Amino acid sequence: MIVRILTLLMSIGLWASALEQQDAPYPMTLSEYGFFQGDIADLIPASGVIPYDVNAPLFSDYAQKSRMIRLPEGTTIVYKGRGILDLPEGTELIKTFYYFKEESKPDKGRFILETRVLKKGKEGWTALPYIWNEEQTEAYLEVAGGNRQIKWKNTQGKKQSLNYQVPNMVQCKSCHAQGKDLVPIGLSARQLNHSGQLSSWAAMGILIDKPEKQLIPQLADWNDEKSGTLADRARAYLDSNCGHCHNPEGPANTSGMYLDIYTDDPAQWGVNKAPIAAGKGAGGRMYGIVPGSPNASILVYRMESTNPGEMMPELGRQMVHQEGLDLIKAWIREME
Amino acid sequence: MNFSLNLNFMRLLFLMILLTVGYIKTSQAQVDFQKRIQTEFILAEEGAVISIPPGEYTLPGSLLMDAKKGVTIKGAGREKTILSFAKQETGAEGLKITNCENIVLEGFTIQDTKGDCIKVQGTKGITFRNVRTEWTGKASKNNGAYGLYPVQCENVLIDSCEAIGASDAGIYVGQSHQIIVRNSRAYRNVAGIEIENSTMADVYNNVAEGNTGGILVFDLPGLIKKKGGNVRVFNNLVKANNYKNFAPKGNTVGQVAPGTGILILAASDIEIFENQIIDNKTVGTGIVSYYFTEKPIEDEAYYPYPARISIHDNLFEKGNNGKMKPTWKHKMGVWLFLKFGRKVPNIMYDGIVEKEFLNADGHLKPEHQICISNNTNETFLNLNANEGLKSYTTDKDGFDCKQAALEPAKLLNN
Repeated sequence: MIVRILTLLMSIGLWASALEQQDAPYPMTLSEYGFFQGDIADLIPASGVIPYDVNAPLFSDYAQKSRMIRLPEGTTIVYKGRGILDLPEGTELIKTFYYFKEESKPDKGRFILETRVLKKGKEGWTALPYIWNEEQTEAYLEVAGGNRQIKWKNTQGKKQSLNYQVPNMVQCKSCHAQGKDLVPIGLSARQLNHSGQLSSWAAMGILIDKPEKQLIPQLADWNDEKSGTLADRARAYLDSNCGHCHNPEGPANTSGMYLDIYTDDPAQWGVNKAPIAAGKGAGGRMYGIVPGSPNASILVYRMESTNPGEMMPELGRQMVHQEGLDLIKAWIREME
Repeated sequence: MNFSLNLNFMRLLFLMILLTVGYIKTSQAQVDFQKRIQTEFILAEEGAVISIPPGEYTLPGSLLMDAKKGVTIKGAGREKTILSFAKQETGAEGLKITNCENIVLEGFTIQDTKGDCIKVQGTKGITFRNVRTEWTGKASKNNGAYGLYPVQCENVLIDSCEAIGASDAGIYVGQSHQIIVRNSRAYRNVAGIEIENSTMADVYNNVAEGNTGGILVFDLPGLIKKKGGNVRVFNNLVKANNYKNFAPKGNTVGQVAPGTGILILAASDIEIFENQIIDNKTVGTGIVSYYFTEKPIEDEAYYPYPARISIHDNLFEKGNNGKMKPTWKHKMGVWLFLKFGRKVPNIMYDGIVEKEFLNADGHLKPEHQICISNNTNETFLNLNANEGLKSYTTDKDGFDCKQAALEPAKLLNN
């Protein structure tokens, strides 16, 4: 017990000293930012905080997500067709992860686990994880992340449980990286081109240089058959779930496998491509994608696995995303 | 009688309580230890030395460091500070260092990770000194791929390290520039030491023993860093690399035949000299093109042939008077046994070439040359595999050349 108290004291000590060293200390609590009005657990945006949505969300163990953005007074976003929109210094992105107690009956309540604040400073972006307390009255900065056992019922009413992992600050960057820099993922025109969202931002005066509607790229909603062909939806799914690492500038470029929406060469998606450093993650299969044979494709094996040494994505997933998996399998099955 | 029974019962009860309390404490301590070290990694300032005291620690997830300069992570010695990831729940690696400069890893062991033991990516200046990586159980395809794994790095020093049990390569340097691997030992991995798509590498004074293949120099297709080259492998002991190939299917090293000493695959500007290449039962030193893997090439910028290779002044020895039965677990071994019995030549070249590589006399032009000279027990086999394996020859005519010595690797800040 003494050991435990000692280690705890040591980590608190480290923390305190680190926070003293910060030039611009980060708020220790989420409420200090003033992102929300009323009861903080209701996640109602305060004035100047704008909720938004994306076309193809990243799968995070079936967690629900609330996304908001706050810009410094009088600043604007500059439109960019490719990549992340040009966001002004001081921009804050607020993403909150929660589970409904019963997915089919949201009014039965929810449990909020964490809020990630991405803030753009002079030197670039910083990612700060805030973990919510049991009472759901506050969330506290935890640079080293954390974990919590949770239970809920899924849309079919089936009981689910999970040791939910809140990533630490370095893990944040293992997904949010472009070259050596930490960057947001979802703030691209192709993701935000959703139900007239960009037009309303332009109308509010916070987005400039927005081109005509037909010139704005749009990712399919992988979960909506009307939003695109099977290939469109599969590529959108891979773009948002894998492409943030698997692109020529991303941390997974060591593999030579690129799953971002801009990569047109099927060999680079993995078609008849032998693995480089997959190890047992190859699951005894020969190529990333074997057209017509999802069950011979390493891509599918890695989505089906929950072993940390072989699954993909490496972080932020402990469960199999059955719906996403079905989509990718259908796409590979139809591929010639 | 009754009293002593009772006493024993009380002792047992007491022991059980102790054990239970002990167990709970340990698992919480694991989380606390991981969190403490991870917090130190996040907060480390330039020049920091993060010390991990002696002890065996079980960690529930990876330790990560990103964008740090001049940080040393130091254990009390690889026998004393042991980080086990046998109970890892999250993360693919044990230790992962990304986008850093001048990092030193020293004096500890990383064990039983779910994926790679130590991955270092995009880092300029990385030293591994007196570090061990190992999978402690049986050789298994479920072991992680790489032990020491610097990739896309510059100025890599691996000194006095040890790598055991990797299902791909024990020491693997990929897509890197300016590399020294020395005084290290690779044992019971599929590949002992592998240099892949890397330039300016020196591999010397190492022992590669009991692996499937001892030392591999590969250029593979489809990568950002397209071309390796200028790799010198010298003064190593490459011994009895006859272990079964336990790589998961689908991986390129899965095709390495048990009993391979040194293998050069589609790499250019390679000098292999003054090594002791002993008791590798199938091939002492092999030189092959990517076509030898029988895998498709989808990368147009990729050059699939070995070029400008020099194998000189090595000592080859095996078995009883040069006689050893090649592996039966690989079709190449079976073929070799059918043709040569137990007396398989020590140096093998697949002989796959394009017509324009050859002079009028049928010998390779200088820019494609393979030179073999002054080795002890220098027996040679050219498979001439362009035409199947029908016109193989042991004639060394045309390979008896010499090449200029390659430049040594130069490390900054080490």
